Amino acid sequence: MKILIKDGHILDPSQNIDCRGDIIIEDLKIQEIILKPGEQHQRHKENIRADKIIDANRHLVIPGLIDMHVHLREPGFEYKETIKTGTFAAIKGGFTAVCCMPNTNPVNDHESVTEFIIRKSKQEGFCTVYPVGAITKGQKGEELAEIGTMKNEGCVAFSDDGRPVMNSTVMKRALEYAKTFNVPIISHSEDLTLSEGGVMNEGLLSVKLGLRGIPPEAEQIMIFRDILLAESTGGGLHIAHVSTAGSVKLIREAKKRGVNITAETCPHYFSITEDAVEGYNTNAKVNPPLRTFYDIEAIKEGLADGTIDVIATDHAPHHVDEKLNPFDSAPFGISGLETALGLCLKLVQEGVLTKKALIEKMTVNPAKILGLNGGNIKTGSLANIVIIDESKEYKVKAEDFVSKGKNTPFDGWTLRGLPICTIYKGIIYEW
Amino acid sequence: MLKSKDLLGIKELTAEEITLVLNTAAGFRDVIARDIKKVPALRGKTTVNLFFEPSTRTRTSFELAAKRLSTDVINFSVPTSSVVKGESLIDTAMTVQALGADFIIIRHSSSGVPHLLSNKLKASIINAGDGINEHPTQALLDAFTIREKKGDFKNLKIAIVGDIAHSRVAKSNIYSLTKLGAKVRLIGPPTLIPRNIEQLGVEVFHVMEEGLQDVDVIMMLRIQMERQDKGFFPTTEEYVKNWCLTSKRLSFAKKDAIVMHPGPMNRGIEITSEVADGASSVILEQVTNGIAIRMAVMYLLSGSRK
Repeated sequence: MKILIKDGHILDPSQNIDCRGDIIIEDLKIQEIILKPGEQHQRHKENIRADKIIDANRHLVIPGLIDMHVHLREPGFEYKETIKTGTFAAIKGGFTAVCCMPNTNPVNDHESVTEFIIRKSKQEGFCTVYPVGAITKGQKGEELAEIGTMKNEGCVAFSDDGRPVMNSTVMKRALEYAKTFNVPIISHSEDLTLSEGGVMNEGLLSVKLGLRGIPPEAEQIMIFRDILLAESTGGGLHIAHVSTAGSVKLIREAKKRGVNITAETCPHYFSITEDAVEGYNTNAKVNPPLRTFYDIEAIKEGLADGTIDVIATDHAPHHVDEKLNPFDSAPFGISGLETALGLCLKLVQEGVLTKKALIEKMTVNPAKILGLNGGNIKTGSLANIVIIDESKEYKVKAEDFVSKGKNTPFDGWTLRGLPICTIYKGIIYEW
Repeated sequence: MLKSKDLLGIKELTAEEITLVLNTAAGFRDVIARDIKKVPALRGKTTVNLFFEPSTRTRTSFELAAKRLSTDVINFSVPTSSVVKGESLIDTAMTVQALGADFIIIRHSSSGVPHLLSNKLKASIINAGDGINEHPTQALLDAFTIREKKGDFKNLKIAIVGDIAHSRVAKSNIYSLTKLGAKVRLIGPPTLIPRNIEQLGVEVFHVMEEGLQDVDVIMMLRIQMERQDKGFFPTTEEYVKNWCLTSKRLSFAKKDAIVMHPGPMNRGIEITSEVADGASSVILEQVTNGIAIRMAVMYLLSGSRK
């Protein structure tokens, strides 16, 4: 089948393309990109024959987004989300590849689990799934998992996400050992002794609500530890879900010194503050916790100056009954795949990031960090493409999420910019 | 009139509403001093005590208050095990409401549970203590007791001493007393006083003798023994040396200062027996006033529900 995407605004930061043009897709791959700069756009190929013509109508045409931090919950927690529903939510949100964290049951700490996830995603998934393996067996933070074997099976990075590696020696060994296989270690940075019992950001509001606080230092101490370990071992380190101003500063200084690190943040850390918790809103309970206006400003600066390389969702779906528990016992997490793009485009609308810089952080940057093919629109590569109507305003409705997780603090928000078409390996999803 | 059908916390009340509760309680204070201690004000109504945390004093006080107002009272005991077995909190509360409860008195170890139920239920929810958030009726009975002894709150200096960080009593009292115009001081080791709390309009002291200087009221808090295990202070002995209310420390306060404690007391730890049983102590009056306050709260909420 031949598909023609006609007259789009093609934006591919990996090749520095920012231009009107057409894209021809054949046999799941991009066959040709016809750029039409300036006034000459009517010059040729007006009559390309195709089985399917998508009129992009000057909308933004970008590489399929890559989310390097999601929880698909399968195996073990299929009542929260499955590979099928999670990847469909990804496609709807404009993502054509997601990296799923290992805190499943069983934990993805063995090639057999990795193999299961990849097989299941090929059978039932709507987009590509790259598993992230556990750093340690059972995510217990004690003994290293078989990083080499799991990489061969398809793991693209290693993390004990959700459960930090508290033992510094184990973390050091992981950074050293992973070098052989050229895979990054992703740090969920949280000093458990400082965050213990905490359910929201520590500050005046936590005092007012009578909720136990998680201080910013709990994140910063571990980020600093891991920076020092990355510096001494030379191992590849990626910092997950940066939430505090102090963290941005630590990462910026480390990068200046030339330490081999990268970092991500999530839409909720630059969109809302801890105030969202007021009224004991469990949909705003997330780890690390929502912080303050001051932190949001610092994270935006970090995004703008390149300190933060990637925006990932940390999509953490939960069952509605679990979020109906008292705040203390409700689980941490936000279902993020279906609101991410709209929230990220606000950064462009506010002038924090250029469109190019934003798309970079959601396509080519995660691809580079993880050594993935993708995150670009290149002749000959798989046709993973998203068309975005930047002017379309819409109201977020959690009940309409295709993810099983309806847990979002953005329900009812009006966002501008929506994927209207996601093409994954030549399959077209139009909304 | 109270604006809400529920009493979730003092944070949600205005000074006028607090004063209204105190004034109403004054009437009920006379009722419970009579030989016949019961009024038919809420006859035909049903009160359910839904306590997810062990409590004798508060539960009994609410039970008596409800009975003195002629409501039917049920103690819905919730052993934590049955909650673990599966019934959700909301299901339990909905069941209680379906049984016909007009008032649900709730105590829970998690902050915000009364707020969660107030959104879901038509019954009046009364917070009898939620996590480390609030214990509003305790603060109201404390304010009532202070007003009885001191008349007015303006220019009163009130010290709250002990584990502020984990005390819902302290939190409710901070809101209540600052709203009523008193000057509130907090005294305790820095590990037990949250950072930023000055922003609530209070003064913080760590040295007992400094904080007690010239105060009119001293409110002692119960020290939970598990705080020592968690390292908030090194030993009970050292705590006693620095923050136990002794007669000597009491002498730093005004001559006519009163001493309060929400109970149950750890004699010899946060307060010596000499002080607890001394002339300044109003601890038992607090207990009696508690019934009048809880009657007033239920009576007023019943009015707001109409």
